[in-house]
Amino acid sequence: MKVHEYQAKQILARFGVAVPRGEVTDSPAAAREIAKRLGGRAVVKAQIHAGGRGKGGGVKLAKDPEEAFELAKRILGMTLVTPQTGPQGRVVQKVLVEEALDIDRELYLSLTLDRSKAMPVVMASKAGGMEIEEVAAKDPSAIVREWVDADSGMFPFQARKVAFGLGLSGDSFKKGTALIQALFEAYTKTDASLAEINPLLVTKQGDVLALDAKMTFDDNALFRHPDIKEMRDLSEEDPLEVEASRFGLNYIKLDGNVGCMVNGAGLAMATMDLVKLAGGEPANFLDVGGGANEEQVKNAFRIILSDKNVRAVLINIFGGIMRCDVIANGVVAAVREMGLSIPVVVRLEGTNVDQGKQILRESGLKITPADGLADAAKKAVEAARAAGTGAAAAPGWEI
Amino acid sequence: MSIWVGKETRLLVQGLTGREGTFHALACRDYGTQVVAGVTPGKGGTVHEGIPVFNTVADAVRETGANASMIFVPPPFAGDAIVEAAEAGVAIIACITEGIPTEDMLRAKGFLERLAAQGKGVRLIGPNCPGIITPGECKIGIMPGRIHRPGTVGVISRSGTLTYEAVDQLTRLGLGQSTVIGIGGDPVNGTNFIDCLKAFKDDAGTEAVIVIGEIGGMAEEEAACWIAGGFKKPVVAFIAGQTAPPGRRMGHAGAIIAGGKGTAAEKMKALEAAGCIVVKSPAELGATVKAALKR
Repeated sequence: MKVHEYQAKQILARFGVAVPRGEVTDSPAAAREIAKRLGGRAVVKAQIHAGGRGKGGGVKLAKDPEEAFELAKRILGMTLVTPQTGPQGRVVQKVLVEEALDIDRELYLSLTLDRSKAMPVVMASKAGGMEIEEVAAKDPSAIVREWVDADSGMFPFQARKVAFGLGLSGDSFKKGTALIQALFEAYTKTDASLAEINPLLVTKQGDVLALDAKMTFDDNALFRHPDIKEMRDLSEEDPLEVEASRFGLNYIKLDGNVGCMVNGAGLAMATMDLVKLAGGEPANFLDVGGGANEEQVKNAFRIILSDKNVRAVLINIFGGIMRCDVIANGVVAAVREMGLSIPVVVRLEGTNVDQGKQILRESGLKITPADGLADAAKKAVEAARAAGTGAAAAPGWEI
Repeated sequence: MSIWVGKETRLLVQGLTGREGTFHALACRDYGTQVVAGVTPGKGGTVHEGIPVFNTVADAVRETGANASMIFVPPPFAGDAIVEAAEAGVAIIACITEGIPTEDMLRAKGFLERLAAQGKGVRLIGPNCPGIITPGECKIGIMPGRIHRPGTVGVISRSGTLTYEAVDQLTRLGLGQSTVIGIGGDPVNGTNFIDCLKAFKDDAGTEAVIVIGEIGGMAEEEAACWIAGGFKKPVVAFIAGQTAPPGRRMGHAGAIIAGGKGTAAEKMKALEAAGCIVVKSPAELGATVKAALKR
């Protein structure tokens, strides 16, 4: 789960990570008041989940409260397009108004999971403001890495190694090591999967603060963090994905026109790959899960069809535990209930496959059967293409 | 021949008395697996579907000689269940549970590594996996037994249903399997590709191996590196997620392209460079193995 910058900073501050003074608001007038409280000069920052906000014009410096009002007025409600939002952009609903600080140096600091070592790893570099991947590609030796044992936690010498690696000294060194240790505490105690401070700021006065902050959390551990779970901002997510998650379905919207309904995450990804190989584009990833019932199949079908780009649906089921007759009944019920104007190609394999096929055959519905993975993808892509052009449906089309 | 599980395996089921646990324990027993015990804290001393239930794994091991465990414990308690089984000396632990917090897995894995350092190593398979099966001998997990046939192809996979696809293709082509292992779709797991490949290398009954990977992490690249270092049996590989968008978690907790790393293209390239036969379509897995074995 992702959170906004202001939420990440609230969480980090709770663990002792120094952050600039600031407040979040959805009103320009309040932005003016906040700037006043901060002493006049302030930074107005758009709060959306995507990065690259500065480049898109979502982060601006105000020299006085009046300008903070003007900037907040301009940024709030704007559709912010950044390299990470895609061309459609995101509408800004909140701004963070923060004190403007005297920047001496900008650094990079993050904590994430090293999957190969099965250990959290601290990554740090002197190139603040740059994406860490960019630094890694240009000069891997510029990145300081320090692995932390999940059980023993971070030892002070490890924080010192990172701080030395960042070139901190004197008072900044002390503040930096404290911040690094606090960041680890925040990361591990909140079940974060990423805690990134970019840039980490060293001020002319020697203070060390998180100028920007990004945190993502392990979805599987949210049950023990109800406060963080509450920070979820549904408006930042695709409405169809939100709807699907309500039914325990794993759905990710994509840009193509072949809707996919599959059981199992691996097979669902592979089905997208097959559609592409057959010359088409998948409209979505959808895993109905291993134990889906008729009701879930119905909901899955409805969500796929809610995507207006979908021209054909490919249902690909390998029933190991899941029974093909259950899937077939779900599909038939969904089609009966919602009507169907586009072709549906079904490939069923596994437990009770004959009953499943019989149910589809006897339903009298327009459903194209397919044999095997490749055949199914080919038929679905052809059907989508034919439907897209208004031409006759794919071969094997039955009425 | 096979690896890790066979006729001699004596299985206990942690979470036996739950709905899923019961269903799959019975399916394993029907397949021919010796299901000797169940563990549900507080239900020790009872008998469930003819299987004696114990309060602790240690009790179950002592009383029944169980040497493998299948875990169906809910996610918040599954990390603890893994450690309990490991501490009791259960040699093979297959954790089926999906949704275990990463932090819990890091701690469980740390515990397993400390046991190994003391010479008391056990093998964890999964979590978030279908389990492990040696066809005709022993099924531990949720895979449909009937699609498998005894034979000489080893299968290692991060995905459940995609494994069934591969196995089904092999069986239809008359190719049986030595052992099929689902290593799971989580970012932190027990057994990895290399562990399985090492065992298949030493198994005279395995002639070829299918590797099914997916986006996320570096496990496939690491496996490729190891294969290049001297694995002589033919390896046919498929990587799911060639069309997956970056930054999105594709169903499995571990299936995510992060910071431009973990793409299917990189993994396919690494495996190809290591001499594996990489197929673009999962529909070609079975036929490709058959062709490779003929050569």
